[in-house]
Amino acid sequence: MASAALLIVLAPLVGFVVMLIMGRQVKEPTAGWIATTAVAVAFVASVVTFFALISRSQHEVTVNLFGWLDVGTLHVNAALLVDPLSMTMCLFVTGISALIHLYSIGYMHGERDFNKFFIYLNLFVFSMLVLVLANNLLLTFVGWEGVGVCSYWLVSYYFDKDSAASAGKKAFIYNRIGDVGLLIAMFLIFRTTGSLNYVAVFHHTGLFTSSVATITVLALLLAATGKSAQIPLFNWLPDAMEGPTPVSALIHAATMVTAGVYLLVRMSPVLALSSSGRMSIAVVGGVTAFVAATIATSQRDIKKVLAFSTVSQIGYMVMAVGAGAYAAAIFLMVCHAFYKALLFLGSGSVIHSLSGEQDIHLMGGLKKYLPLTFPTFLIGWLTISGVPPFAGFWSKADVLGSVYGFSKFLWVLGLITAVLTAYYMSRLFVVTFRGTERFREVTKGHDPHESPWIMTAPLVVLAALAVLGGVLDLPWIHHDSIAGFISGSVQPVAGVASISTSAQWVLAAVDLVAAVVGIAAAFTIWRQTSPWPSRYESSFLERVWLWDDAYDAVIGRPAEHAAAFTGEVIEPRVIDGAVIAVATSVRRSAEGTRKVQSGLLRQYALAIVMGMAVLVVYLLTRSW
Amino acid sequence: MSIPASWFLVVGALLFGIGAYGVLTRRSALIMFMCIELMLNAVNLTFVTYAHALRDIGGQAAVFFVLVVAAAEVTVGLGIVVSVFRRRNSTSVDELSEMKG
Repeated sequence: MASAALLIVLAPLVGFVVMLIMGRQVKEPTAGWIATTAVAVAFVASVVTFFALISRSQHEVTVNLFGWLDVGTLHVNAALLVDPLSMTMCLFVTGISALIHLYSIGYMHGERDFNKFFIYLNLFVFSMLVLVLANNLLLTFVGWEGVGVCSYWLVSYYFDKDSAASAGKKAFIYNRIGDVGLLIAMFLIFRTTGSLNYVAVFHHTGLFTSSVATITVLALLLAATGKSAQIPLFNWLPDAMEGPTPVSALIHAATMVTAGVYLLVRMSPVLALSSSGRMSIAVVGGVTAFVAATIATSQRDIKKVLAFSTVSQIGYMVMAVGAGAYAAAIFLMVCHAFYKALLFLGSGSVIHSLSGEQDIHLMGGLKKYLPLTFPTFLIGWLTISGVPPFAGFWSKADVLGSVYGFSKFLWVLGLITAVLTAYYMSRLFVVTFRGTERFREVTKGHDPHESPWIMTAPLVVLAALAVLGGVLDLPWIHHDSIAGFISGSVQPVAGVASISTSAQWVLAAVDLVAAVVGIAAAFTIWRQTSPWPSRYESSFLERVWLWDDAYDAVIGRPAEHAAAFTGEVIEPRVIDGAVIAVATSVRRSAEGTRKVQSGLLRQYALAIVMGMAVLVVYLLTRSW
Repeated sequence: MSIPASWFLVVGALLFGIGAYGVLTRRSALIMFMCIELMLNAVNLTFVTYAHALRDIGGQAAVFFVLVVAAAEVTVGLGIVVSVFRRRNSTSVDELSEMKG
């Protein structure tokens, strides 16, 4: 089992190193196949490790690799923690990564830096697996930064485009702000418990005072808002759509952005110590879910709709974490990975067929041209909208049911979000695939073409997963499902009211009504697209609640003014002034003292004699 | 009868004063060198006198060091004087003031 667990991490690393060394020797499709194989091996290793784990009585195995840091009282090993939570993450991360790698071989066909793309992608998968499997916070942090930098490289993949380059920087900087939170949390945890090892920290949670626990939880929340694109650090994610679509699907929908949720779930014993901290988490998640959903209703770019939808869905997960429903959060995370990857890859297929066009105003009527993308996208749409029996319905019901027992206000917010989710996804679906054909200008009169099998095959697999994902945790098998499996890894929160089965059914029915309302509204409004029903799109929402403008006004512009002030006043007057003053005074005094150096040897000798005479007189007078 | 130590000290002080006067007043580098030697030997004489008077071998040991250093200094110094003379046909130190500030 230890070797299988090691193989999970090593396979993508080997793929990365091999491609890095081979460089341009590997021709176009080969690099993609090497990368895909590496990740597929990691997936197989995950499956093997998973079965090895469930066949054991002890569900927490540490695989020690090597001693890493040994400084003072800080002892950190590079070690893997194989437990139900990390295995759940590994399985879906490697599985979906493998599918998206395969898809990318088709999508990235003919790109200039084909090899580079797969090198980054494999490095990303490696970092993500380190993040998930690490047995201590420091190694998790290494993975955390690794995925951040890969995200930066991949967002700025088309680096000769200005918008892509600055989107990459934006993503990186927002993530850095969140990283500060993780660092502070690590400092506090180490100071309190004297260790960074998860298992050791969780054994010593009694050492936390309530205020330190709350600050730690809030710092972890800050980390999660950065990585998982939550308010107030959520607006890097839509910009990150500048990257190639498979990157959006893999990093900015399925895996990396859920790392924040994973971190919070992993730290559940610490979260259990602070009810105010958990309340903040739940509120941040709930508000993000709602705000992002409203924004998604007015976006024109197909990928931006999906990006805000991702922010909103992760908001659900964070809200579930705050409510103490860790299993529900992970369940939604897995299902979301299935259907959001499906939707992103589907949108990639649409974009591919229209030679790169992303504006949904210039789509429409694509149903008959994309015979495989259309039905798979249909499934993705029904799943995220929350229509039974697809995965989205069960996972969303699980989250909302748990939140209902936690806070009625957040439940209402979640329900409104569910209506909005159904609405904006239906709008996207209707406007893209039905109605009149508005793309003739883009394609110069040609018919759009379906993507090659290498791209549609992952779509079909993901569609199947989106349909069947719900069986991971149906309400009536709660204890034999993912919830029961994960319960060994997380510490349940005391005092959260569990709701009765009949209440669950009622809530599920309410969810279904919400989904139907949203879908019906969208179909009524968007059936007719000429003239464009633009009064249902708000420019306030399209511009992200003016969130970026607010940051610009509050942080960006004052900083710019401060920079201009220091550049035009402080720099020339104060700094240069000081330097010039020092130089001038040195020159002036040097002009005086150089006259002493007359070059006449006998003058020097006289100076020596006089000095000696002074010394002698001094010594004589002192002795008296 | 033995000569008192103070006489030796007076001779040493006189020699040192003559040497210092010579260094300050003469222009020829060669003469200045000789005057410096005079000063060094005046110091040596003082050292030896005290060594004898105080029964301390340290003063004599210091003289050996001074002798060795003086020999080395003369070797280097005369070498410089010779090469200066070849270039300028003069050993007057007042003319050697190119390095003035």
